[in-house]
Amino acid sequence: MDKIELNKCQKDKIAEICAEFHNSPGELINVLHKTQGHFGYLPEEVQREIARNLHIPVAKVYGVVTFYSFFTMQPKGRHSISVCMGTACYVRGAEGVLEEIKKELKIDVGGVTPDGKFSLECLRCVGACGLAPVMLVDEKVYGRLEPKQIKGILAQYE
Amino acid sequence: MPNYKMSLLCCGGTGCRASESVRIVERLREEIAAAGMDNDVQVVVTGCFGFCEQGPIVKVIPDNTFYTNVKPEDAEEIVKEHVVKGRKVTRLLYEDPDTQKHISDSKHMGFYQKQLRIALRNCGFINPENIDEYIARDGYEALAKVLQGTPQEAIETVKKSGLRGRGGGGFPTGLKWEIASKSPGKEKYVVCNADEGDPGAFMDRSILESDPNSVIEAMAICGYCIGASKGLVYIRAEYPLAVKRLQIAMKQARDYGLLGDDILGSGFNFDIEIRYGAGAFVCGEETALIHSMEGKRGEPTVKPPFPAVSGYLGKPTNVNNVETFANIPVIFLKGPEWFASIGTEKSKGTKVFALAGKINNVGLIEVPMGTTLREVIYDIGGGIKGGKEFKAVQTGGPSGGCLTKKHLDTPIDYDNLTAAGSMMGSGGMIVMDEDDCMVSVAKFYLQFTVDESCGKCAPCRIGNKRLEEILDKITKGKGTMEDLDYLKNLSKVIKDTALCGLGQTSPNPVLSTIDNFYDEYVAHIVDKRCPAHKCRALRVYAIDPDRCKGCTACARACPAGAIKGEVKQAHVIDTEKCIRCGACLEKCKFNAVTVQ
Repeated sequence: MDKIELNKCQKDKIAEICAEFHNSPGELINVLHKTQGHFGYLPEEVQREIARNLHIPVAKVYGVVTFYSFFTMQPKGRHSISVCMGTACYVRGAEGVLEEIKKELKIDVGGVTPDGKFSLECLRCVGACGLAPVMLVDEKVYGRLEPKQIKGILAQYE
Repeated sequence: MPNYKMSLLCCGGTGCRASESVRIVERLREEIAAAGMDNDVQVVVTGCFGFCEQGPIVKVIPDNTFYTNVKPEDAEEIVKEHVVKGRKVTRLLYEDPDTQKHISDSKHMGFYQKQLRIALRNCGFINPENIDEYIARDGYEALAKVLQGTPQEAIETVKKSGLRGRGGGGFPTGLKWEIASKSPGKEKYVVCNADEGDPGAFMDRSILESDPNSVIEAMAICGYCIGASKGLVYIRAEYPLAVKRLQIAMKQARDYGLLGDDILGSGFNFDIEIRYGAGAFVCGEETALIHSMEGKRGEPTVKPPFPAVSGYLGKPTNVNNVETFANIPVIFLKGPEWFASIGTEKSKGTKVFALAGKINNVGLIEVPMGTTLREVIYDIGGGIKGGKEFKAVQTGGPSGGCLTKKHLDTPIDYDNLTAAGSMMGSGGMIVMDEDDCMVSVAKFYLQFTVDESCGKCAPCRIGNKRLEEILDKITKGKGTMEDLDYLKNLSKVIKDTALCGLGQTSPNPVLSTIDNFYDEYVAHIVDKRCPAHKCRALRVYAIDPDRCKGCTACARACPAGAIKGEVKQAHVIDTEKCIRCGACLEKCKFNAVTVQ
């Protein structure tokens, strides 16, 4: 992964987030949520900065980041696609939908298109099982999907 | 506050919002304003009605008209016809699939008739963002009642009701509270487990989205009983709407003096904080959840010590799940005897199930314990989609197993499901039909467990991976009969030796599918055939020479060049070259391509 250099402004932002949670190691997950909300992802340099502020080893931060699927060390695309792989969607054909997206965008799960437009992920149950199979593009839920609809849906995004 | 003559209740649950229910609310309000009736008619955004298959739903009070599959453009007609002229919009009413008659009142629909709603009592009735509506339905009365008595009396009431944990384990709730109350220590915690991770189950989220106050009230009652002044809700970050509504409810409860210091003048202090999960299934396990709340990796630890003795920050902690809490206020309002009169001998009350998969009426249902699977699937669920044949229902998620035709008349309760090789779990119920391959389903669950295993103990980390590999081998037609014995033995070892509930139950989908669908495993292994035609590597494509017109569409579509034949003559597939992609099947206009 490419090294990035955090500028002072970014470091201050991290310090500000940590201070909001009283620099308490017990609040690490909340700190990470908020930091990822700000930066979009959690690269190594950001994790080091958080570790410094909370006075804990960077290994501990890394351990938590890699444990939870919500945290990512990869930048996302401008639009993030999440295909529901819950059981209800699985039995109603989510695999076919996922295959179609992979084919259309030529990326794998966890990947980002070269132009940075889309990133692709799977998630477990959106809770809209009545609409299965379901996918999310950013916040918008698309339900009762068929593989042939994928091209048209993706074309709506700039 | 205006005295409304009519209310339009519109579902604001996740499923219906995805089908533009927010826009429907806007349009209804515009139309009502245009008709000059804003002082007489209100539009209320409620939580989930449960009948997600027919969503978005708009219910009209007081005449109880239940409109289904509503679209934003229907708003005008609903207001102009129903609200203004009092004429129901027949085309939006639910049509009974058996009689083809329109049903106006949900009380008369098969989907609702056999249900009994305790935990979901307020879902779809009240605006979850307004505490007054909860209070109007006897909200916080149970808390007031409890605060007038002693904690011991309240614990006795919960014990007498026979309520058992609804998160999966089924541990008696009253007993759990008693143990936590007797644990020495000044500082104690009440935790609400809202880390619903079971794919296909969404009842906890629906309760929090539709009736957050019932959970807050129950947590305060629990706090009083065990002597805790602090509650924590551990909730998935993937549930933004539930988080938002919980925050609104907490703020309103604080403003009303129902949370905070000296609640209702009783001298009892209690407040709640929210902690976010970050996507880890294992965090549904109590000890893992507690570690996650402490900001650590969500790895489980050996019990004992139980959380009731040493939990969050090493202090006595009582963990219950959302649905369990949602039952509590009703037990105090209607009495433990009433609650205990519902259900079976050892499982009291009701259970919420998320009915999904190949079933006509997908949705959230609540039935008395002891209801049979047949009633759930056929009477409430409306049978199998597309008139196909019922094959199995998976309960308990990745920790559970499959129930088949022979279990259809088994009354559903904790013990019967366990005896049948499955478990209650959190209440996911995925219905499968003849097109589902049970070996693939077992593989699907194992992939899930392998992904979600925290890696701390070897049986779960390594054992489940091996199970998955063998299942993968079988679905590719490379399995042997010895593999079946190996699967069974390894499953037993994992069950006996894994550290936590996740590992101890993860082989259940494998064992139950081998037990109930042994022939299907044998077909994959010996005949190299997938009876449901689901396993790609085992499909054999062929062209029916009588039907083939020789249009060459399939040959042109085949990426492997496996189809040969002259124009206007029957084509043939070379099975050696065929990569089983199915492109020919899609292209053929004459149904000449067959799959075996």
